[in-house]
Amino acid sequence: MAAKVDFIGRSGAGPREAADWTRRQEFMTDLRSVRGRAYPRVIGLMREPSWVLFEILLPFLATSAFVFVYRAIGAPPAYVGFVVLGGALTAFWLNVIWMMANQLWWEKSQGNLELYFAAPMHFMSILFGMALGGMVMSSTRAATVLLISGTVFGVAFRVDQWALLLAVFVLTLGALYGLGMVLASLFLVWGREAWHMGQMLTEPVYFVSGLNFPVARLGFLGALSVTFIPLATGLDAMRQLAFADAAFPLGTPAPLVEVAILAVMTVVSILAARWMLMAMERRARRDGRLSVRWQ
Amino acid sequence: MNETIPPFAIEVDAVRRVYAAKPAPVVALEGIDLRVEPGEFFGLLGPNGAGKTTLIKILTTLLLPSSGQARVFGFDVERDTKKIRRIMNMVAGGEQSGYGILTVREQLWMFTQFYGLTGGDGWRRVDELIEAVGLAEQRLQRVSTLSTGQRQKMNLARGLLNDPWILFLDEPTLGLDVSAARSLRELIVDWKRAVPGRTILITTHYMAEADELCDRIAIVDRGRILAIGSPGELKRRVQRESIFRLELDHLDGGAVAIASLPGVVSASEAAATPDASARQTVVMNLVLEDDGALGQVVGALARMGSEILGLRKSEPTLEDVFVELVGRGFAESDVDAPEASA
Repeated sequence: MAAKVDFIGRSGAGPREAADWTRRQEFMTDLRSVRGRAYPRVIGLMREPSWVLFEILLPFLATSAFVFVYRAIGAPPAYVGFVVLGGALTAFWLNVIWMMANQLWWEKSQGNLELYFAAPMHFMSILFGMALGGMVMSSTRAATVLLISGTVFGVAFRVDQWALLLAVFVLTLGALYGLGMVLASLFLVWGREAWHMGQMLTEPVYFVSGLNFPVARLGFLGALSVTFIPLATGLDAMRQLAFADAAFPLGTPAPLVEVAILAVMTVVSILAARWMLMAMERRARRDGRLSVRWQ
Repeated sequence: MNETIPPFAIEVDAVRRVYAAKPAPVVALEGIDLRVEPGEFFGLLGPNGAGKTTLIKILTTLLLPSSGQARVFGFDVERDTKKIRRIMNMVAGGEQSGYGILTVREQLWMFTQFYGLTGGDGWRRVDELIEAVGLAEQRLQRVSTLSTGQRQKMNLARGLLNDPWILFLDEPTLGLDVSAARSLRELIVDWKRAVPGRTILITTHYMAEADELCDRIAIVDRGRILAIGSPGELKRRVQRESIFRLELDHLDGGAVAIASLPGVVSASEAAATPDASARQTVVMNLVLEDDGALGQVVGALARMGSEILGLRKSEPTLEDVFVELVGRGFAESDVDAPEASA
């Protein structure tokens, strides 16, 4: 009989002593929680092969359409590379909207949200874990799209500053997922509206981020106004660095300036997410919004 | 906090909780007072909508009281949330938490990380608990493929991962078949017995479950605690008469004579039924003013030549207690909870 196995745990100290943690215990728990929450997303990468169809083939087809249009109208060859790079980064925005911003609503309906809040780690660890898992997931998809599209359309990358390109990529993800954390905190309280907001944000951000064209084509004011979108700034910097030999200037800030913008966005968005999360948690506890069953 | 006096495991003072709802606010808790000793198995018994889950959510730091104070092992639910979360855990009936794509083992390991166990310790703890709850065969099975009973065993294992000092169980056997529910109850009892001081607060609307498991029970209805006591104490509150069921070889209309005896409130003959050996027996239901009157009944039966084949004393159930306190049964008092405002 299974119940004969003993249930003796670590209960040596009394409850009040057990509740008294050191800073190191707190920090390590937060760190392990990041790993714990990232785990299902990384594992999911290997267990759900359907993503190959939906997240590689479909973006590839969308990218192909733009490539054929640019070729038909005789656009500069660099545009094909721009579109391929933009197509690859689509995965990140989708991931941020649907698996960061909207995620807590889903977690709530599953009953996970209340378990996360009832656990002793800082909830930011859950957001960091979601972000880390999402980055691994989306990077794999983006790399696959980039490889396939780049090969099929014969894109010639010319990178002079690899370190800077890597820094831009990392900071773009930092700022993008930082924004995702902010949205997730907001959506904690918005509930069902989160889903509609996710839908509403998807296409406009695709457009203004310049996934399929350089944002400089929006004009100076247009390009300036979208710099607050991490995807737009990050993609523009990556295009400048990945196609150093582009035959025409993009007309947007230099990559180093965009790196600074992304760094500021990353820090601000993470701090904002932390602050908002605490405020929203208190509000959610007051209003009874952390769980579905409330009586 | 005075360290010389051990705090109550649960201390609730005048807790009131009101939900904003349309067309009118819903009062889920109406000034609850409660004390639970460390090591107690305490039950909240009441129909749907009584406020049981609301109280659990307040104690597990998921909900703030509208007014009043609640403490868990001396920690305030509003200010000391982190400390409470380190020593407690919770399991709800019908819980669908986690991710179906993970195996049972992986899912439990994920939760160990939220309680700060190292990777290795986490896997070891998971394997111990999987063994303890009897899920060894399903350990590598995906969570999405588990049966309801298996899933609830996994949920219980999840609730024990951090070896909590206090475990909150919200209708833990909800939706389980008789065998799975019994198995789960045995696991809960075994876990609690293993280490003195472990405290359990369980909510249920299954009377027999509360009766079987709990040291003390609070009967809750419409946000108020109507009575608190051990199951025996609560039942004695409504037991004013002694009720017996006698199985006799024959009675031949003697019930009327028995009913006229001093101390006998009523005596009635039930339908004759054959026993296991196909022998005809007669059942008599007997209500006495107190147990002392039974001697006279036995004597009278002997004089009539009736042989007593069986005798059983009937005790009131917790449902009788509830009916006595509320004036209606559980089924009548089940109300639909209003939709959450989220």
